[in-house]
Amino acid sequence: MNKNRFFKKKLRKNEISTTANVLLNVVFIIYALMCLYPMALVIGTSFAEETYLNTVGYKIFPQVVSFDAYKYILANIQPILRAYTVTICVTVVGTVVSTVVIALYAYVISRNEFRYKKFFTFYLFFTMLFNGGMVPWYIVCTQLLDINNTYVALVWPALMSAWYVMIMRTFFTTGVPNGIVESARIDGAGEFMIFVRIVAPVSIPGIATVALFQMVYYWNDWYLPFMLTSDPEYANIQLYLKRILNNLQEILNSPGVAAQSGDALAKIPREGARMAICALAIGPIVLAYPFFQRFFVSGLTVGSIKG
Amino acid sequence: MRKVQTATKQNEKKTGFIKNIRNNWQFLLMAMPGFVQVLLFSYLPMAGLILAFKSIDYSKSIFEMDWVGFKNFEFLFKNPDVFTVLRNTILYNLVFIIAGATVPVAIAIGLSLLRNKRMAKVYHGVGFLPYFISWVIISYLAVALFDYRLGILNNMGMEPVNWYQTPKYWPFILVFFHIWKSCGYNAVIYYAAIKGIDSELYEAAAIDGAGVGRQIWVITVPSLKPTIIMMAILAVGKILNADFGLFYNVPMGSGALLPVTNVLDVFTYNALKLNGDIAMSSASGFFQSIVGFCLVLITNYIVRRIDESQALF
Repeated sequence: MNKNRFFKKKLRKNEISTTANVLLNVVFIIYALMCLYPMALVIGTSFAEETYLNTVGYKIFPQVVSFDAYKYILANIQPILRAYTVTICVTVVGTVVSTVVIALYAYVISRNEFRYKKFFTFYLFFTMLFNGGMVPWYIVCTQLLDINNTYVALVWPALMSAWYVMIMRTFFTTGVPNGIVESARIDGAGEFMIFVRIVAPVSIPGIATVALFQMVYYWNDWYLPFMLTSDPEYANIQLYLKRILNNLQEILNSPGVAAQSGDALAKIPREGARMAICALAIGPIVLAYPFFQRFFVSGLTVGSIKG
Repeated sequence: MRKVQTATKQNEKKTGFIKNIRNNWQFLLMAMPGFVQVLLFSYLPMAGLILAFKSIDYSKSIFEMDWVGFKNFEFLFKNPDVFTVLRNTILYNLVFIIAGATVPVAIAIGLSLLRNKRMAKVYHGVGFLPYFISWVIISYLAVALFDYRLGILNNMGMEPVNWYQTPKYWPFILVFFHIWKSCGYNAVIYYAAIKGIDSELYEAAAIDGAGVGRQIWVITVPSLKPTIIMMAILAVGKILNADFGLFYNVPMGSGALLPVTNVLDVFTYNALKLNGDIAMSSASGFFQSIVGFCLVLITNYIVRRIDESQALF
């Protein structure tokens, strides 16, 4: 009886009943499956044999498994490799440069000693409320800066993000003790020295979060090459995927394929190859995600405090 | 006498400014890359909004182009599609705002109620994953589901549906993918806010006899309110800005679907790049920006009137 009372008391505090807990778990399992299912479908389909695929459609667990799609991609790796190289280079350069730009700006507007802190904060905040939209932006990029059809166009326009500056600023104001900055200043260190030697090292989790978000942005970006380039040379993996989704024929446009005769041409695993390329683009994200997840979560957790 | 005084004051002010610059030069230098970046890609396009009132001619500089008054807007509103496009944009965004203020909050509350915290972590990790998938890839996922010949839905034994030609399903499909992609991200924010709530509040409520449901209603939801309101204000300001990635990629540009999938951003894009109709696209872009800005100010004003502490600015 005593035990029973204890149990009841504990339950009443703020826990839900066992039935409710089970039900809630079922709901969340369905939710989790809904999040994973479409991706699993694409990845599963990429291993399906082409004739089988053409008769039964996309399957998460194909009955007739074949690696033809991947073999085909390997044999015609040129365009995909090129797109991958563009994506990787753009991601590396974009992430490094934008993290530096964002961190410096965020640090500056996190310091109370900075005379123009208010102005620089508002200057950035205002862009979250008001923007010029697509057309003037496009004209600035193409006419004024003249960066269309350059690799610069895939990196430069996205270097700054008001939202991430705000997140990083919160990291600096909450995570960096004022005392160590003050004592460094008394020792005669300049602001830049203070940032590099003291503030950045203690803010690594915050900087890593923003860097990872920017990395995902550049990896997933299709908008910049889509808007600002027309030459296929500049297509990253996302834009390449977009092109072959709209036009299956594009897969056949690689030089190796053109030489093949009709019979060989018919055997090309088009549907499978398309899904395999898609799986190759999802792959790195899904594989890297479990390791980086806590940074994303902690970044949003600290950074989203109002103000 | 008085004149001399003001003069010295002005002098002081001037030297004060230079002194300030000199004292802050390191800070200013550090902010410079970001400052220039924002100037080029945010403020210059804002100034470029005046293009909506000009006759656009690439051979001239922006100052030399001729003023045409509201002529571009006349063209815009004479276009028979523009009202469908406006309606779609606003309705979708209203649904997105409502969904954004409820679904992630419900997920976050559900996660916080789970007794097994380890499972909660797993669910919330998996739910966050779609946020990292690009719209291009999501359009592949949509094809895998809805393709007429090979899509999984048409191979389940039921009467096949020509999804990409049937408009009536698309409002649901688009809303689904929007929630699918974004709600994990927002749930993380709300979940963090819930974890930050003082647990003593719940204990006190439990002692007063409040059940779990009541506790959620009187403690959890009110604590989340500032975050919900902040997100909603920012979303209202974007009510005329549809998610270009979603609306451009996922329907695959199917003409039959345009009545329910065409939104202002796609309309502006098509006018700009497909038809080369810069006049119309700059007018619709102007309309988007200005209306959005006014809406943020109005919403924030209303929120401020109701509860000053919850206003964004």
